[in-house]
Amino acid sequence: MTPSHSSYSENGPVPLVEFQQVTKAYGRGAAEVKALRGLNVRIHEKEFVAVMGPSGSGKSTCMNILGCLDIPTTGSYLFGGIPVGTLSRDQRAILRRHYLGFVFQGYNLLGRTSAMENVELPLLYRRTPASRRHSLAREALRTVGLEGFEHHTPAELSGGQQQRVAIARAIVAQPALLLADEPTGNLDTEKSHEIMDMLRSFNSGLGITIIMVTHEPDMAAYAGRVIRFKDGQVDSDNRNGGKA
Amino acid sequence: MYLQTLFIALREIRRNAMRSFLTILGIIIGVSAVIIMSTIGNGATAKVTADIARLGSNMLSIRPGQMRGPGGASAEAKPLEMADVTAIEREVGNLEAVAPTATKGVTVIYGNMNWSTSVIGTTNRYLAVRDWEIAEGRPFSESETRSGKMVCLIGQTVRRELFGGQSPVGEQVRIGRQSCRVAGLLQSKGQSSFGTDQDDIVLIPLQAFQSKISGNRDISRIYLSVNEGASTEQAQEEIRLLLRERRRVGPKESDDFSVFDMKEISDTMTGTTEVLTTLLSAVAAVSLLVGGIGIMNIMLVSVTERTREIGVRLAIGAREREVLLQFLVEAVVLSTLGGITGILFGVSSSFGITNLLRIPYVLDPLMIIIAFIFSTAIGIIFGFFPARKAAHLNPIDALRHE
Ligand SMILES: Nc1ncnc2c1ncn2[C@@H]1O[C@H](COP(=O)(O)OP(=O)(O)OP(=O)(O)O)[C@@H](O)[C@H]1O
Ligand SMILES: [Mg+2]
Repeated sequence: MTPSHSSYSENGPVPLVEFQQVTKAYGRGAAEVKALRGLNVRIHEKEFVAVMGPSGSGKSTCMNILGCLDIPTTGSYLFGGIPVGTLSRDQRAILRRHYLGFVFQGYNLLGRTSAMENVELPLLYRRTPASRRHSLAREALRTVGLEGFEHHTPAELSGGQQQRVAIARAIVAQPALLLADEPTGNLDTEKSHEIMDMLRSFNSGLGITIIMVTHEPDMAAYAGRVIRFKDGQVDSDNRNGGKA
Repeated sequence: MYLQTLFIALREIRRNAMRSFLTILGIIIGVSAVIIMSTIGNGATAKVTADIARLGSNMLSIRPGQMRGPGGASAEAKPLEMADVTAIEREVGNLEAVAPTATKGVTVIYGNMNWSTSVIGTTNRYLAVRDWEIAEGRPFSESETRSGKMVCLIGQTVRRELFGGQSPVGEQVRIGRQSCRVAGLLQSKGQSSFGTDQDDIVLIPLQAFQSKISGNRDISRIYLSVNEGASTEQAQEEIRLLLRERRRVGPKESDDFSVFDMKEISDTMTGTTEVLTTLLSAVAAVSLLVGGIGIMNIMLVSVTERTREIGVRLAIGAREREVLLQFLVEAVVLSTLGGITGILFGVSSSFGITNLLRIPYVLDPLMIIIAFIFSTAIGIIFGFFPARKAAHLNPIDALRHE
């Protein structure tokens, strides 16, 4: 089940993720909502992609499928060449455990739990031994600039700091793909830029592929590629040089 | 996977110390209730059994009048007499000893001390029937019994009230207007199962009682013991027929006397305490069940409260069975913890309570094992539904949960 995202096919490198005519419908009959209507996207390793578009255009739906939390109604979604739609719930959980990292708009840290323990969580499910788990978590917290905050609980951290803990949690297991749905949605401009700088350094320095949903062009400017959604379809797909 | 899950579950319990405590409170109360109730029940049964043994389970007693309803003995019943006693001794088989008694409330005086008690006129046979030993001194002699000399045997309570720590043997006491020498001191028999103090008593020879104290020849009660292994029922029936004839009870009339079988009384009493024990245990079991439902309730609330957390765990890559196991382990660890605390609390407080009630402390190890297994089982059973609910959550919905 190992994704073959580092091997090459005849047409060049296999994309890390690929949407083939993906549709996603919620509800049935008259109440049916088509969130995605025939999506075709390929994203390769080491890309930094910003997803934009009006509210309700299907960005979060797309991210859920990217994150193997959900499966397409029709069409197929390939992760490292694997058609995720054919996997069981548990198989998708294993895929997430080993290859994916999530950053949410609302941080979603465990309350009354120290930053360290929050960051260790993905390693716990990977059954990383305790000593290695501690050192990796400490390392991740240092990477996001939270050295010395290891034993603070979310209640004792600012919004920006909480989001950095969440980012540390997302990267601690070195995922192939980091998904962030409006990671700066709850933060002020200054904090947002700090977070974006951090994401960009993970992308260029650690080679983590990042797909991020954002409403702000300023934040999208950090990405090397901006995909715009409209009514469940790709409206535009542009490469920019990335913000200097 | 199991060790990891146990670790996660323990971390969760510690993280929510207050909620964890409230969750197990029901189990603590339930388990300790089961242990306390069963210990009290067992102690009461043991006490009743011991009391009956002290009373003598091969003992019969006869009194005039039919015991019926709250009125007790009917007024017109003819008293028993010495001739009845000799007739019984002569004609009823398998009797070990027969002791006639007559009783009166008196004040006993020694020096400047006085004490109100009951004096029983009887023979040495009374000691044999009641299986009562002399602690100090001697029983009545043959000549004392026959001549009706004023000598007495006193119970421990009377000794304590009149003589304090001093030995009473050989001293002269006054019973009413009569002077009486103390021949012996009876061993302590303690409280009867009816709550009366059996040691608050003075025994004197029946002859002396009749001539010097009551002034009549009535016998109020005859005690008899049946030989080891012989049937009390048969002796009872023989006595009944004999007395009906002697007392000229017509064939259509009912008995104008009563024969009590101590074994019957003991059976009823043991039966009653057993019913009591069962009842108490049932009440305790219900409270344990309520404790279990409490666990389920709080676990369900906790699943709702922790929906987002479960969403995060699922998104991060927890499998369904890992979430299920986490919640199940949480419930089992909690109920086990509650079970152990409940056992400790139940054992120690039942020790205190039995002490207070002055009943023997009979701890049933089986009860502890059952309570422990039961509390753990409750954790599994009532933890399962909330755990399954948590595991089946859709990660996307769970993450979006407010
Ligand atoms: N679980 C669901 N059940 C029913 N409809 C849903 C569900 N999730 C999303 N939708 C619908 O699908 C459409 C796309 O939703 P989606 O969340 O992907 O939009 P979005 O682009 O992320 O919007 P926003 O910028 O507001 O976050 C919307 O019309 C939404 O109402
Ligand atoms: Mg959205």
